Order: sequence, then structure tokens, then C-alpha cells
Amino acid sequence: MEEKMNLAPDAFEPVSKKDELDDEKIVAPSRTFIQDAWRRLRQNKASYVCLWILVVIGLIAFTSPITASHPNVSHPNYANLPPKIPGVNINGLNGTTMVAGKRVDAYKQNNVPSKIHYTLGTDYLGRSLAERILRGTLVSLLIGLFATLIDLIVGVGYGVVSAWKGGITDIILQRIIEVISSVPNIVIMVLLMLVLKGGMLPIILAIAFNGWTTMARLTRAQTLQLKSQEYVLAARTLGESTFKIAVKHLLPNLSSVIIIQTMFTIPSAIFFEAFLSYIGIGIQAPTASLGTLISDGQKNFQFLPYQMWYPAIMLSIIMIAFNILADGLRDAFDPRTARR
Amino acid sequence: MARYLARRIFYLALTLFLIASITFFLMKLMPGTPLNNQAKLTPQQIKVIYEHYGLNKPVWQQYVSYIVDAAHGNFGLSFQFSDQPVSYLISSRIGPSMQLGGQAMVVGVVVGIVVGSLSAIRKNTWIDGTSTFISILGISIPSFVLAILLQYYLGLKLQLFPIADWGGFSYTVLPTLALAASPFAETSRFVRTEMVDVLGSDYIELARAKGLSRMGIVWHHALRNSLIPLVTVIGPLTAAIMTGSMVVENIFSVPGIGEQFVKSILVNDYPTIMGVTLLYSALLCAILLLTDLVYGIIDPRIRITGKGE
Repeated sequence: MEEKMNLAPDAFEPVSKKDELDDEKIVAPSRTFIQDAWRRLRQNKASYVCLWILVVIGLIAFTSPITASHPNVSHPNYANLPPKIPGVNINGLNGTTMVAGKRVDAYKQNNVPSKIHYTLGTDYLGRSLAERILRGTLVSLLIGLFATLIDLIVGVGYGVVSAWKGGITDIILQRIIEVISSVPNIVIMVLLMLVLKGGMLPIILAIAFNGWTTMARLTRAQTLQLKSQEYVLAARTLGESTFKIAVKHLLPNLSSVIIIQTMFTIPSAIFFEAFLSYIGIGIQAPTASLGTLISDGQKNFQFLPYQMWYPAIMLSIIMIAFNILADGLRDAFDPRTARR
Repeated sequence: MARYLARRIFYLALTLFLIASITFFLMKLMPGTPLNNQAKLTPQQIKVIYEHYGLNKPVWQQYVSYIVDAAHGNFGLSFQFSDQPVSYLISSRIGPSMQLGGQAMVVGVVVGIVVGSLSAIRKNTWIDGTSTFISILGISIPSFVLAILLQYYLGLKLQLFPIADWGGFSYTVLPTLALAASPFAETSRFVRTEMVDVLGSDYIELARAKGLSRMGIVWHHALRNSLIPLVTVIGPLTAAIMTGSMVVENIFSVPGIGEQFVKSILVNDYPTIMGVTLLYSALLCAILLLTDLVYGIIDPRIRITGKGE
């Protein structure tokens, strides 16, 4: 026999009409596309860490005109001093160096006053390597960012116009891309650098010159898909201007493709800047960039390895962080390509 | 097919013609002459030298003769090495570059395929993690940094291989490794993505249901299908190797085209720069054409039509 429950009638209470249960109601907050991507990016530990590494490097680099204000001041008496951090007694960071098999204090040998020390040592002209690396990072980042910005504007504009116009315009524009992208990009860069001479603006232009073709191809392919969507047709039917359709309907839907490609373009631009500077046709002395610092450091690598190691490590960290972040962003914006 | 081929070859020729023209006029804009001590020379001597290099003629005549000569494989005389034709300079140096580039491509792609497929098969394990990390390093660390480190640690410290110059096979090991890093990294990432895609498809499921062994599935079904799209990245990889060869050959003192190109840039040897530019472009165009053709043959789903895409 089941036990009977004794319930008094006043134990019941009518459900008020106000908070009537609604099966259709969505309880979870609705997230925008960007919020969703951000949430997925944060779940990707490596990418999230890389994002913060880049933020920190960026902050250090962009404040370097204040913190490292004398990157080109040379002290010939203090040339090639090894790194020295006061209070740290680890070989390589205590101002000592190997001379003929013996460890000697390079700072004492050169009669450097005890209050002067260089955290990352000095180069062959006695310039502070730490300051030069900070300023070099700034130059590299600026070139990467501006070259990518040009890529972005030209590439997206070109791609959207090509796909939207279609027909003969599309064919001609695509042939132009075909011709440009069948030339090795380094060859175009070298030729442009020869004509424009060294300096930041020429490098930016040379890198951007054929970098935009990939962006243009991707946006064109995506725009072709979007063009046949109903909402675009609706906007056209309602008499929306082409420009407004492009800005209001196409660009937001292109944003993921654009952001992902941008994140791959920045490290490649930084690489090409370093490459051009390394072979001697990029940034001109005395301005420092990571490429020129590596090229200078390489000459003394056997005896003063820190002069190449530090700029090389900086460049590699920036490249690795951008690449991992780009991978993470691709997975965040397009979960289909994410690791399954 | 024949129409497609004809169209592609026409575009190839057009591309090369445009590049030759653009380089010609860019170089005409540049300052600098083949003269060494202009101040010491008499006007007669300058005139003789200009006639020798054909610089006394009007620009349009120089242009026409340059294009005609270039089409015959003659790029004029080098400014840097007196009286050496650029075509001779290139042909005497193309061997080492081709050998290094070829070796780097083969090593990079083969190792990349192995690592990429292992990564996909053992997805989300430490094997996958390690190889993904190595590929990221390969993409991120510039070839010139890698070359210097290899030269110093494997060459100088461990004395495993010669640090520079050009002799037998052992001289090619370090430059090949330095050049192979980027094709390796690109290939392994590409193969991993493709392979993960293929392994998740229905016909793999069917093969498994049929009772095929794991290795059999990977070897017969997954690998073949994931390697087909790899053909499309051969072109970009070639361009990457060309870029790398300029610094890597320089660091290891390999008597190749890349090394010569960088030297010519630094001393304004315009005829050589133009010749090498054309050579690089022709090589890349030819490889792009070849890979497109091969792709159509090995993947019948890609039908080549006369109309283009």
C-alpha cells in the first residue's frame, strides 16, 4: 500500500498570470557574432596568452620613444659591452665576457663607471642594445601594421568591386591579380626598394604592393557568395544604394575573413621588413629595426652572441605570437575549421 | 584542354613581357652608370664605354633591343664583372641554386607530409601538440636566423658539416635544412588540416566498417585524398624558397643565383638584377602553370574548361 500524502488545501497557490511560463522564451543571453568569437578565443589558451604577449610588446614598443629616447647615441668607449644587470650574478648577465678562455669583467676593463650598466649590453658603437631593440620593435610593428592597413583597404575594396560588378570588370580585375601574383613577391619588393631607396614609407609601399592580392581574392570569393543572399536582394529591391549595401550588409559579413587574413598578413609584413633590412636595402642606418639589428649582430655572433640573440628572440616571439593568435582567431570565427 | 593551355601560355608570355618592360623602365629611372671613376675619364672614353653597353642609343631603341634580346635569353653585359654576359653569369650559377632548392623542397614536403599526417592521425595528443608547435616555429622563425644558428651550432661548434662554401654533398646539408624549414612547416600544417577533414568523411567510416586495418585506411584512403590539394601550394612554396635562397646562399657562401642577386642589388648591377628578376618570374610562372595542369589530371573533379573558373 502506498502511503497517502496529507496535504492541506491551502498548501496550493495559483500561479499568477504575470510570470506565466513561456516555453518560447530564450533564457540564455543572446550573443553577438563578435562576443561569440571572443568567448571561443578565450577558451583557446595558447591564442589568448599570445594576444596578451602582443599587447604587452605593443605597449612597450609604443612607449619606447619616451622610455628609450637615445637609441642612436653612441659611446665609443663602451663598445661591445656584454649585458649587465646589477645584483644578478649569472654569466652572461653580470657584465663578464670570455677573453682567451678566461672570464673577465668587461665593464672594469673599459673603465665604465660603476653606476652605468646596460641591461642587454651595447653594440659595436657603444649604443644601448636594449633601447635599440625597443625602437626596432616599434619600427617593425609600425611597418607591419601600416602595410597591412594598405593591404586591407586596397584588397577589400578591389575584391568587393570585382565581385559586385561582375562581368567584364571582374574578368579584367582578376587577370591583373593573376599577373601580379605570378611574380615572386620578393622580386617586386627588391625592385621597388631600389627605386624608392630605403626608409619606412618605401618599405611599407613595397610590402603592400603585392600583398593585397590574397585579400582581394578572399573578399571576392566571399562577396560572390553574399551577393546571392536574400537579404542583399531585399536591400537592392528596396532601393538601397550600392555603397550603403557594401558598408551595411557586405562588410559586416566579410569581417571574419578580413580579420583572419589581416592577422596572417601582419607577421608576413614584419618578416619581409626584417628580410629587406637584413640584406641591406630596407631601413637605413642609424635607424634600428629588428632586421638591421640581427644583421649587425650576426657579424659578431661567434664572440658576442647576445648581439644577435636578443633581436632574433624578439622577432621570433612577435612572429610566433601573431601566427598562433591568427590560428586561434580562425578557429574562433569559423568553428568549422576548429580542432574536432 | 589545348585551348586552356594556349590561353595560359599566352598569359605567361604577357606576364613576362610586362615584367621585362617594367623592370627596364624602373632601371632607367635609377641613377648610376657602369663607369667606375667618372671624374677621371675623358668625354671620349665615356662615349666609348656608353657605346660598348649600348647606352648611347635613344631609350626606345634600348627598350626594343632589350626585349628582343631577352626573348632570346640574352640579358646584356653585367656592370659588375666587366664584359661577362648576364646569361653566362646566370647559367654558371643556376646549378647550386637548383640543387639546393630541389633538395629543400623534397625534404620539406616529404617530412611535412609525414609529420602532418601523424599529427592528424594522433589528433589532440602530445604528438599533435609537438608537431603543431614545431610547424609554428618553422613558419615564424625567419630563414636567415635559422641559417645563422645552424651554421654556428651544427657547423662551428659540433663540426658536423662544413660551415660555408660549395664542394660535395656535405656542403649542401646545412643550407638545405635552413631552406626546408618553411616548406616543411607549410606542408605539415596543410596536410594536417586536409587529413583531419578526410578522416572525418563518410568513405573512411565505410572503410572502417568494412574492417580495414587502421594503417590500411590511412595509407590507401586517407593519405592519397589528402595529398591531392597539396599540389596547389607548390607554387607559393617555390616563391618562399626563392626568397629564402637569397639570404641562405649568402650566409653559406653558396655560388648560386640568390647570392649573386643580393650582391648585384648592393652594387647596382642593373643588367644582372633584370636578368635574375625575369628568371625568377619565369620559373614561378612555369611552376604555377605546371601545378594547375597536374592538379586537373590527378583530381578529375577539377574540370579544365576553356572558360576559366
